[in-house]
Amino acid sequence: MHDMSAHAAQHGAPTSFIRKHVFSLDHKVIGKQYYALALIAAVVGMFLSWLMRIHLGWGNFAIPGLHLLSSTGAPGNVMTPEYYLQLMTMHGTIMVFFVLTTAPFAAFGNFFLPIQTGAEDMPFPHFNMMSFWVTFVAFVVMVAAFFVPDGPSLGGWTQYAPLSAVGAVGGPGQGLGVVLWAASIGIFCIGQLLGSLNFITTTLDMRCKGMSLMRLPLSAWGWFITSMMGLTAFAVLMPACILLILDHVAGTSFFVASNLVINGQILPHSGGSTLLWQHLFWFFGHPEVYIAIVPGMGIVSHVLITNMRRPMLSHRVLIYSMGALAVLSYMVYGHHMFVSGMNPVSAIAFSFPTLVITIPSTIVVLIWLGSLYGSKLRINSASLFSLGFISMFISGGVSGFFLAQPSLDIMLHATYFVVGHFHLVMGVAAMFGIFAGTYFWFPKMTGRMMNETLGRVHFWLSFVGAYCIFMPFHYLGMAGNVRRYQAFTDDYLIPLIPVHKFITVAALVTGFVQLIFIYNLIYSRFKGPVAPSDNPWEGTSLEWSTATPPPHNNFGDKMPVVYHDPYQYSVEGASADYIMQTSPEKLTNPHEEK
Amino acid sequence: MATTVHEAPKIDFDRLPSQGSGNGGWRDLGPAGGDLRRVKPSSPPPASTGIWVGLAAITMTFAAFTSALIVRQGAAPDWQHFTLPSILYLNSLIIIASSITLEVSRRQIAAFMGSAKTEGTAPARWLYVTLSLGLLFVAGQTFAWLQLRSQGFGLATNVSYSFFYVLTVAHAVHLLGGLGGLVRVIGKLNHSVLRRSTLNATSLYWHFMGVLWLYLLLLLWMKL
Repeated sequence: MHDMSAHAAQHGAPTSFIRKHVFSLDHKVIGKQYYALALIAAVVGMFLSWLMRIHLGWGNFAIPGLHLLSSTGAPGNVMTPEYYLQLMTMHGTIMVFFVLTTAPFAAFGNFFLPIQTGAEDMPFPHFNMMSFWVTFVAFVVMVAAFFVPDGPSLGGWTQYAPLSAVGAVGGPGQGLGVVLWAASIGIFCIGQLLGSLNFITTTLDMRCKGMSLMRLPLSAWGWFITSMMGLTAFAVLMPACILLILDHVAGTSFFVASNLVINGQILPHSGGSTLLWQHLFWFFGHPEVYIAIVPGMGIVSHVLITNMRRPMLSHRVLIYSMGALAVLSYMVYGHHMFVSGMNPVSAIAFSFPTLVITIPSTIVVLIWLGSLYGSKLRINSASLFSLGFISMFISGGVSGFFLAQPSLDIMLHATYFVVGHFHLVMGVAAMFGIFAGTYFWFPKMTGRMMNETLGRVHFWLSFVGAYCIFMPFHYLGMAGNVRRYQAFTDDYLIPLIPVHKFITVAALVTGFVQLIFIYNLIYSRFKGPVAPSDNPWEGTSLEWSTATPPPHNNFGDKMPVVYHDPYQYSVEGASADYIMQTSPEKLTNPHEEK
Repeated sequence: MATTVHEAPKIDFDRLPSQGSGNGGWRDLGPAGGDLRRVKPSSPPPASTGIWVGLAAITMTFAAFTSALIVRQGAAPDWQHFTLPSILYLNSLIIIASSITLEVSRRQIAAFMGSAKTEGTAPARWLYVTLSLGLLFVAGQTFAWLQLRSQGFGLATNVSYSFFYVLTVAHAVHLLGGLGGLVRVIGKLNHSVLRRSTLNATSLYWHFMGVLWLYLLLLLWMKL
């Protein structure tokens, strides 16, 4: 350590409640704020999915109190078809944007990226504070759609044009509901751009003495790569949202074609391109899949290494593979549009990189499995959820092989097969990454330990529950069960209703299981046992070399100096089982890749 | 507008690692007794990197608008060509001139910093000129919008007009951010400490706004 006592952070430790807990410039507080927002959003999103699942299992079931949410959408507490679609839209939007993006990337990244790089804070703390509060406003605007007269949009989280651009004539929520949706997402994009700016600059410019890029832990690499994707993807979605809003409020014709007749009404627009929206949206939309999952890859790698007590087979190849995923994610977006009537040559052009992207994905998985093979893995809640992440990623990824081929995708695209695929590979896997990060870093974030028994119960019930919910989706899809239908009245669909009932029961049970986690989280925050040390998992990276919880400037009077690659476990000839990155001990045979 | 100062230059042109922004702003990666291979001796201040990151995001946004314009133009035969308001060409000269004055100002400030004068005229004059030219540019753009509107060509008249308004307004909004940056630089020069990295980042942003405008003008001239 070298003396950096003169390094008073550019913003001193706050004293007032407002500056300390509300409009804080401290990246750690902002990280916790993001986490809290994601937790609230997850509860809302999960509640919406429960309502949808109950309706799919028992269509005429009156859900007590549902009319309070929407008197027109649920007269007599029974959901209308339109209201089902509105709930579906909000479920998808809230989960993708406000949970899967904010928790693994913005929440954990904010808290730990500066610490793992050895920085006192983000370089632009005011932008960082704005990033969170802008995201919060976006969430409020999104949820506000429930309280406007026609309710939220029913167009799905992808908001395909022309339905999303025609206005109120398109159905309930297609007027103000869509405007609120687009405004919310546009605002959200601004927040994430500000966040990405900070993440990239922190990684490139704020590293402490001795911290080369390759000495960054894999979790930091995950956030760094994700921030570069966020910078480019959200910068494209934002203008798309602006154009969509203008089609609504200014009568422009970006996305609505000529002579379109809806509900017997000829629309005044002319010449708009419905495919234009799909291009703009999916140029963001596919990288978004990796924005959700790459931070999880970094987190679970970090967690597993700590619990395996040895590094991954190749630190560098894992990083390069995550980078390849990010680059390729921009080249494959057209595979979401195979059924849009695109030229078959274009379909092949998008199919090829879609198959190619399975290569870095497979490399990542093989490195995980090869590294785990023969290791004496410490079993705890964090490592279990990391294993669960890998399991979900493989299960969801395998179905991606099928969907990458246009001839198969055309048959499966509009079915539950796709729903099962993306829920496993993007949704559940990312959630398991969030859980792994929570159980692992909770002691550092709060100074207390979570209950391990409850954590394991939470894992096993969630693991089994998730498979009970999402594996049958693949069967439903292959049986031709179209997605987005709110009722199954066709002859060939009626035999599938028992499967839906089973899924609904599994979803309700698995949802209630999450209450165990929330209880554990809140109880442990206030009553959990105090963390036995600053480094309860015997980790090597910088977050474990500072106090618990970290002081305002992360490292107190002594800024860290890094001497080693991040994962020096079980080093031959070393003085201990693990050598901290800050340890000046000379290693004769360190884990290093030339 | 000239300002007279009677004190040491309020410019921090080579900030030391211990003078703190975040982790010192300047990452000192010199040897410390351990194996410090593959590391550079120092890194630039975060503002220098941050501005490039910000410009990358803006580039992506306008690339998205551009691709939308090209796709939409080819999607249907309803595209109307029209003559751009002639004031846009004058505006182009104004924004080019503003880049020149800002560069003159930046170099003057750098020379002033290097000379370590204790008194004299603070080199803010050209910053004020740049600021004025920037405001003049925004006024000129506003005039162009009003002129088109008075001729009956609004945002929804035709999609070609829609793109004209969207692109020019989006550029103007970003340029207002640049004006804010200039005001901040002037404020720091007059009332606190101006870092060279802040001045350079603001300059870079402003020059980028100029280049972006010339690109947009060319695009609009070709497509509208």
